[in-house]
Amino acid sequence: MSSGQDEKPESGVTEYDSKKSFKDKLIWLGDHFRNEWQLYVMLAPTIIWFLVFLYKPMYGLQIAFKDYSIFRGVAASPWVGWEHFHTLFSNDQFIRAFWNTIKISALNLLFGFPAPILLALMFNEILHVTYKRVAQTIVYLPHFISTVIIAGIVTTAFSPTAGVVNTIMGWFGLDSIYFLTRPEWFRPIFVGTGIWQEAGFGSIVFLAAIAGVNPSLYESAVVDGASRWQMMWKITLPCILPTIIIMLIIRIGNIMEVSFEMIILLYQPATYITADVVNTWVYRQGLESGQYDIAAAAGLFNAVVAFVLVMVANTLSRRYVRTSLW
Amino acid sequence: MAVGMNLYSRGDKLFALATSVLIGLFTVATFYPFIYIAAVSFSGGFAAAAGKVVLTPVDSTLAAYKYILTQPKFWISYGNTFIYTIGGTIMSLLIIIPGAYALSRPQLMGRRFWNLFVAFTLWFNAGLIPFFLNMRDLNLLDSYFGIIIGFAVNAFNLILLRNFFESLPQSFQEAARMDGANDFQILWKVYIPLSKPAIATITLFCIVSRWNGFFWAMVLLQSEEKIPLQVFLRHTIAFLSDDHEFTATLSSQPYSAESVTAAIIVCSIIPVLIVYPFIQKYFEKGILLGGVKE
Repeated sequence: MSSGQDEKPESGVTEYDSKKSFKDKLIWLGDHFRNEWQLYVMLAPTIIWFLVFLYKPMYGLQIAFKDYSIFRGVAASPWVGWEHFHTLFSNDQFIRAFWNTIKISALNLLFGFPAPILLALMFNEILHVTYKRVAQTIVYLPHFISTVIIAGIVTTAFSPTAGVVNTIMGWFGLDSIYFLTRPEWFRPIFVGTGIWQEAGFGSIVFLAAIAGVNPSLYESAVVDGASRWQMMWKITLPCILPTIIIMLIIRIGNIMEVSFEMIILLYQPATYITADVVNTWVYRQGLESGQYDIAAAAGLFNAVVAFVLVMVANTLSRRYVRTSLW
Repeated sequence: MAVGMNLYSRGDKLFALATSVLIGLFTVATFYPFIYIAAVSFSGGFAAAAGKVVLTPVDSTLAAYKYILTQPKFWISYGNTFIYTIGGTIMSLLIIIPGAYALSRPQLMGRRFWNLFVAFTLWFNAGLIPFFLNMRDLNLLDSYFGIIIGFAVNAFNLILLRNFFESLPQSFQEAARMDGANDFQILWKVYIPLSKPAIATITLFCIVSRWNGFFWAMVLLQSEEKIPLQVFLRHTIAFLSDDHEFTATLSSQPYSAESVTAAIIVCSIIPVLIVYPFIQKYFEKGILLGGVKE
């Protein structure tokens, strides 16, 4: 049907020959669009959407270098160079938010990353099919519950007078603690909530990797008299190591992405000292106080650090696991 | 696994028992907060506020549900959530499916560039403020349409579906072309029927993120009559815990801030629990479709 098919039926690709004359190129283009215009019609909404909702804001990022005023708009506001960044890096709150982001992510990595792996390894050892099924159904569930609801549950459970946590502590004669106003409790609660919500769902990837392990490895191990414990350490774990490394690299690439929606719902001025991260700071400065330009500068800084991390992660992945993540 | 049970030694059985117990504990710990919240929602106001509820309702009453279910704003926000979820999911599919198809076709000119154009947004995004200002410049603040279109495409879902389309054999495409089918017909009659699991997965991801969407709805919507359930929930929780008058009249009310909060939580979880068993088989497969691309 298309001329491309006639020329190269095995791949369906019309080769673009750079040696052709200009006129031939135009003819080729004309043919191409006459035959393939439908593809471009299909692609158009996607391209337009990305331009309008993702690339246009990137153009708007220039306000990080401008004295932005909503009346003048993005283009007409005067340039101020690096001024906002100087302000940022001399702002204790911003510096604190940056380090809090790193610290919370590090805790998430340290405790939140091994949790789904352990869970997958344990699920693999369970013989009773129905028991396993029911347990999996339950532990995947919190992933589908909204941040607002999770925050509502946490707020209720950790409330000083009404919460079950303090009630149970009372049984053991411990004094009631108003957890959500205590800076030292914010990170444990936040990281713990994250594990509660995502560890189960995160185990799916590792369970799939375990399912892909060659069964003959286990069979010969059984012949050699290996125990299940030994098989877990000597077969299962080494076999899923590539998956573990890939997931670890993805996590490293996402270090700047702390789930700030949850933080906005759980923190309060009393806990800013440990809870405030870059995005929550950007939210307060920009969307609550209307200092758009300096907040955009902070957001840009965050995005650049995140971009570098993702690129480093991708390079690491290519080098050590021989797969590019994207 | 191919290993029979009879091959298990005593140590192995002990190990299996230990893992079963640990998994059991984790499962109970995962499920307990839901039971706790349900118990609080059915408890009397004083018992809920004084921390008497641990596992089962104390002074059982439906007062908290009566309070919340008679609030017109609750029903309006519930309806809005349906509008955003259904409208948003349809919008997403209308853009993503043809887009993913086009990106999967080798004939597409500049295919590498367009794929990079999409993937770049996963690595770098402008952030909250430029996105917000852009929505304002587009006059999409406080609008149903703004929420529906502004979050319609997710680069991850688009790439996931494109990968799936690419994995379908070329012979389908060629056979359909021989029969004189054009790209729209091939997509509609060949690719979509063959991609039901992948499309179901993406639909599921869209529905879940729309149903749970909170932050941008809070930021972009000002009118009370347009907010979705999650924002209403947030407003109510914040209002109840700050409202001292509400707490002061506690003794005369059969409900408390805690029991009302819990009742709203239960009401908004129920639809998720109803559809959850049906979607489970999809997300277990679907998450793997999104796996690492070689």
